[in-house]
Amino acid sequence: METGTAEMPDTPDTPDTSGGEPAWIGLPRALLSLRRLLLVVWLTPLTVATGVLLGVFAGPVWAVFAVLPGGLMAWGWLLLGRNWRSWRYAERVDDLLIKRGVLWREETVVPYGRMQLVEVTSGPLARKFGLASVQLHTAAAATDATLPGLVPEEAQRLRDRLTELGEARSAGL
Amino acid sequence: MSTPPPDARSEHQDASRPDGSRAPDPVRDAGADADAAAEAEAAVEAEADAASESGRRERRLHPVTPFRRAWAPIAVLAGTALHDPNRAQRTFTEMTFTSLLLVIGVVVPLAALYGFLSWWVTHFSVTDTELRIRTGLLFRRTAHIRLDRLQAVDITQPLLARFFGVVKLKMDVIGTDSKDELAYLSERDARALRAELLARAAGFAPETAHEVGEAPVEHLLYVQPRTLVVSLLLSGSVWALVLAGLIVPPLLWMATHSVGVLIATGLPLLGMAGASSVGRFVKEYGWTVGGSPDGLRIDHGLLDKLHETVPPGRVQTVHIVEPLLWRRRGWVRVELAVAGSSNDLLVPVAPRATAEALVARVLPGVTVPRELSHAPGRAGWVTPVWWRGYGLRVTDTVFVARTGLLTRRLSLVPHAKVQSVRLTQGPWERKHRITDVHVDTGANKTVTARRRDADEAAALLSAQADRSRTGRREARPDRWMASPGTDRPGDPEGDRPG
Repeated sequence: METGTAEMPDTPDTPDTSGGEPAWIGLPRALLSLRRLLLVVWLTPLTVATGVLLGVFAGPVWAVFAVLPGGLMAWGWLLLGRNWRSWRYAERVDDLLIKRGVLWREETVVPYGRMQLVEVTSGPLARKFGLASVQLHTAAAATDATLPGLVPEEAQRLRDRLTELGEARSAGL
Repeated sequence: MSTPPPDARSEHQDASRPDGSRAPDPVRDAGADADAAAEAEAAVEAEADAASESGRRERRLHPVTPFRRAWAPIAVLAGTALHDPNRAQRTFTEMTFTSLLLVIGVVVPLAALYGFLSWWVTHFSVTDTELRIRTGLLFRRTAHIRLDRLQAVDITQPLLARFFGVVKLKMDVIGTDSKDELAYLSERDARALRAELLARAAGFAPETAHEVGEAPVEHLLYVQPRTLVVSLLLSGSVWALVLAGLIVPPLLWMATHSVGVLIATGLPLLGMAGASSVGRFVKEYGWTVGGSPDGLRIDHGLLDKLHETVPPGRVQTVHIVEPLLWRRRGWVRVELAVAGSSNDLLVPVAPRATAEALVARVLPGVTVPRELSHAPGRAGWVTPVWWRGYGLRVTDTVFVARTGLLTRRLSLVPHAKVQSVRLTQGPWERKHRITDVHVDTGANKTVTARRRDADEAAALLSAQADRSRTGRREARPDRWMASPGTDRPGDPEGDRPG
């Protein structure tokens, strides 16, 4: 599973401002906690159930198969961490950059003037973790510019800034 | 687990528009709303509005409109009768006098009344800023279609409508669909209305827009029926479908001897073969392209006639397609994408030079590049063989990408139309330092430059974002006649009479 892992040069929470590169900002750690919590909540009962049921009905040896969902959980735990670390965004003068993905990487540039709609959403669980997601829509449906979890203040700041810049540089279709 | 800040709780769904005027859905429904009070208020408002602003100009559709769905029950009856003539005759003779009376005395008048009323309550008017369509018998619906968002105007004339001399008119704005069609109008009215809509959208003064009249059309291209037939005969896909339609049913017959299987597979195959050969001929027959100050005029159709007008600066992408068998003759097909429009063809077949001249007209200042930079050789590890078909060229005005080995497909996107730029890279591609570059446009078309060198792609990403921004700044205004100062030399522009 370690194929194609390029270690990220810096920790996501410290923006790198050196060498003319845009200041990359990572996503808050709460997002990772939320995702890991969800993973554990779904897979722990599965692991236990597999172990107990197989142990009772098929013999104790078969209970070893409970390792599978358990292993999946451990693997997912690591994957989520790497995925979380890969997400980063940067606000440049005229456009927003979003980078993400570990194995399948994607980098998106959206000029502020093309933004049709900025959407801030947060579900009940995300709110418990103090998270809100920001999604940008352009006239092209293929534009996939989403930041899945931000601190609400940052989400609002970003929304206001994007809206403001979008108005200033409006270009539309 | 941090406790959420107080405002996070209230932040359920928060949407804001950077550019309020560019709502993705320009059509607002004022009917079918649960809020009855608001609906009534809106309806009254709209009515008062319409009355005060342009009461004299609010018009109804052509009186033939109520009959537009009259063929459906007749067709159903005819179909049943043809399907089983004996039973139909028996049923008809066995029908009692009362049931006949019921049909003639109740169903027919009710249908007629509905047709009449739905025609009676449908009005449309052109105001200074929008086309309004008011309709609905029980559920009122008012569509406000903004003229400055106009992408194209289509006039369609189905075969039956030709006997009555009526046409359908549709204003293409992102979000409009068949509900926002004006069906039917008399041919003369439709032309006058189209001229008025285009004049207003172009930015002529509202007082004079009514009298500007049709812009003069300059003939650019006509596709001879003979050329069209030859081009269809040389299309691989047409042959494949026709051959499949001819070979598969007999084979199936030999294998199964079952009529059901034969019909279930043979009919769709024949249908597809017919649609791809005869259907395409009928649709693309008499293809004429004209240029006018109001933009491109495209007229075509053997049975159903279509007339499309695409104002300047509305084309999001152009594709030049070159099937293998056309290459010796130097023919190409040109497809285009306009946001909100259903037509995607500019020229079904034309010599390359003619097609390129036309493209230069559609996208002002663009020359179709001859030389493209190929994908690096190691792209062969990612996409064997086909990588040779991939190419890319970025000029001052357009992003050009080519795909396809047998049928070459050259896609051109003006920088001004680029909505966002994306890079994608999978693990195998990363091993070979290869990246795909995607360019998204407003007509929901994405053009992809496949298998580029990773470093080149990274440079391209930032450069492309810059280009699309500056490209837009230099682009023409949406109201294409509003400020003639911005017109560049060589543009197909002229003064309009009137």
